Amino acid sequence: MSTRKSAKKPNVSAEELKAYYRDMLLIRRFEEKAGQLYGMGLIGGFCHLYIGQEAVVVGLEAAAEEGDKRITTYRDHGHMLACGMDPKGVMAELTGREGGLSRGKGGSMHMFSTEKDFYGGHGIVGANVPLGAGLAFADKYLENDRVTFTYFGDGAANQGQVYETFNMAALWSLPVVFVIENNQYAMGTAQKRSTSTPDIYTRGEAFGIPGEAVDGMDVLAVKDAGDKAVAHCRAGKGPYILEIKTYRYRGHSMSDPAKYRTREEVQKMREEKDAIEHVRELLLSGKHATEDDLKAIDKEIKAIVNDAAEFSKDSPEPDAAELWTDIYADVAPQNA
Amino acid sequence: MATEILMPALSPTMEAGTLAKWLVKEGDEVSSGDIIAEIETDKATMEFEAVDEGTIGKILIAEGTEGVKVNTPIAVLLEEGESADDIDTSAAAPAPQASDDSGASEDSAPAPAQAKAPEAPRPDLSPDWPEGTETKKQTVREAINAAIAEEMRADATVFIMGEEVAEYEGAYKITQGLLDEFGSKRVIDTPITEHGFAGIGVGASWGGLRPIVEFMTWNFAMQAIDQIINSAAKTLYMSGGQMGSPIVFRGPNGAAARVGAQHSQDYAAWYAQVPGLKVVQPYSAADAKGLLKSAIRDPNPVVFLENEILYGKSFDVPVMDDFTIPFGKARIAREGSDVTIVSFGIGMTYALEAAEKLAEDGIDAEVIDLRTLRPMDHDTVIASVMKTNRCVTVEEGWPVASIGNHISAVLMERAFDYLDAPVINCTGKDVPMPYAANLEKLALTSTAEVLDAVRQVTYR
Repeated sequence: MSTRKSAKKPNVSAEELKAYYRDMLLIRRFEEKAGQLYGMGLIGGFCHLYIGQEAVVVGLEAAAEEGDKRITTYRDHGHMLACGMDPKGVMAELTGREGGLSRGKGGSMHMFSTEKDFYGGHGIVGANVPLGAGLAFADKYLENDRVTFTYFGDGAANQGQVYETFNMAALWSLPVVFVIENNQYAMGTAQKRSTSTPDIYTRGEAFGIPGEAVDGMDVLAVKDAGDKAVAHCRAGKGPYILEIKTYRYRGHSMSDPAKYRTREEVQKMREEKDAIEHVRELLLSGKHATEDDLKAIDKEIKAIVNDAAEFSKDSPEPDAAELWTDIYADVAPQNA
Repeated sequence: MATEILMPALSPTMEAGTLAKWLVKEGDEVSSGDIIAEIETDKATMEFEAVDEGTIGKILIAEGTEGVKVNTPIAVLLEEGESADDIDTSAAAPAPQASDDSGASEDSAPAPAQAKAPEAPRPDLSPDWPEGTETKKQTVREAINAAIAEEMRADATVFIMGEEVAEYEGAYKITQGLLDEFGSKRVIDTPITEHGFAGIGVGASWGGLRPIVEFMTWNFAMQAIDQIINSAAKTLYMSGGQMGSPIVFRGPNGAAARVGAQHSQDYAAWYAQVPGLKVVQPYSAADAKGLLKSAIRDPNPVVFLENEILYGKSFDVPVMDDFTIPFGKARIAREGSDVTIVSFGIGMTYALEAAEKLAEDGIDAEVIDLRTLRPMDHDTVIASVMKTNRCVTVEEGWPVASIGNHISAVLMERAFDYLDAPVINCTGKDVPMPYAANLEKLALTSTAEVLDAVRQVTYR
């Protein structure tokens, strides 16, 4: 692994830096395990892994306060782990079991936690953008000083409802951070083949929404940008756009033929830009942690992920009666 | 301990594949993420990555092997300190299939009732308001306006948003006076962006508010239907019961007069099909008021289908402090014994007019107003048909997969032996709405069609 200079000097404590390392590693190991369970046929349907993009959610979670909300699209496992949702519940949802966060009824793309203010997990590209603005609308209406992180990809950034939302969010000064996770490929279509502008964040200018590009492979840069965006929203100045340039190492979903980019391109990113290696180097070179400290973290993460995998295999399938629950929030209507 | 590397499933449908190429050989060290093989699936050739780190101890399946079943061990990975000699020969035995005990749940899943005897209907025939209650004449427009205002007074989390709801006071004057009383925080003009503001409404409902989203007409809500169905209706289920969407989507629905195909569609059957939604299509002012108040208080997403032509029509509305009507309760608008006419919304105008004319000919029609389409009060309809043995349905929507079709099916399942004639569905014609006055009239259903249908099922 080659070394690189950090764009940012760490302005966080050693403990915080170690926590970022741990959280990013948890996501990576969790996703690797999910990929493995998929290969064994234990996870079905679509499964979109977050490997490579870990610094985005970990950096932004570091900028969030208690009660701030988050909502994202279908590449959502990382967001759930980063906001503290139980890895067992996430993995068991992937295997479609009773112990899953949605009791097996949501799947990879549809998990929620009102306790952790995580509002999904949405399978329709772009649809979560107005939903996130709606959460921010509620916060503004209720005057509770909270901010909503609304994540979407470079692909979703071409959906019409995103711009309808930009317009209303700016018009009504909604406290929402629009986080464009630009991993450069909308499924298999490179950004330059689908998107008229190289810098997507500039599209906010048309609506008077400030924005900036951020190095998404540098968790400290992401956190700094997140702090700035959150401060803007909390000051009542309306929405803010962060276009976080990141990279996904794995395929779009599990069934990705990987014909649209070269193996060398992926390898180069992994070797030169990996976000976890970056923090590892910062920790070691700054003498904030020893190799042994990091090994201990690796071991802890491995145990958490293995426990989650075991739980997700042992948890039973949902009871057949679950088919008919949770359709309505009150009693099931007669005859319908 | 040596780990088996298993043939992976690389697509939702893959059962077996070809091990096209090994990119590692025995003795090679690999770490997580290294590409170790190329595997051909039913869709494409894909790269297969190592998940754990270690040394490739043994390759069990040679490259070029076709039809390798998912989960077959294809290689053995050794951990630090292990040698190839440690490999247990049993590692080559096929691994057990992934858990698949779904058969059991299929057996016990509730199956649609077919063979068992139909359940006897238990209609709720209680009156909508206590006998002796004072009533006053009110238009449907005034009743809807009053329902919104009353609920906004009662609950500070209720707000209304939509195109022209505030300063213009409603394209159809439904929201008259609301901006003055509640201010611009709670009565919000939106830009003309149905998709976007419907989504913002749903998000706000998750954030602790009770939005009323007005669509200037339901035709424009087609821009927003993804948010209504995928976001509002399905989230409670997908979240395992954690997150419901207490939101009302409302506005005029169906044909008005001479506004052409894009502005004249009845969405009753579309929305009534969606589990997770509640769907209301009132006819009278009292129903509009009582049902809208219930809708605003309901913890679920409600689709409230109004009608422009009915807005100006007056009805008796009870003078009560808090008048609501529960969902899933039809109303017998006219009692009779010879035929049951089932309708809802503006279809009731044809149904009631036909019933009056039929009475002149000595045919005594019972007219049922469904009022809510989901949940639908089947029992009141069935009980009536058990008495009259004949049924005609009336709606303005298109004939294919209509509400009338659904009622016909329910009657076949639960009241087959009571039917003395096939059920006839009077519907709008199977055409986009024409503009020309004469053609538009032909495209809609009519009192004459209802009369014809009743004469057919009564053989008179």
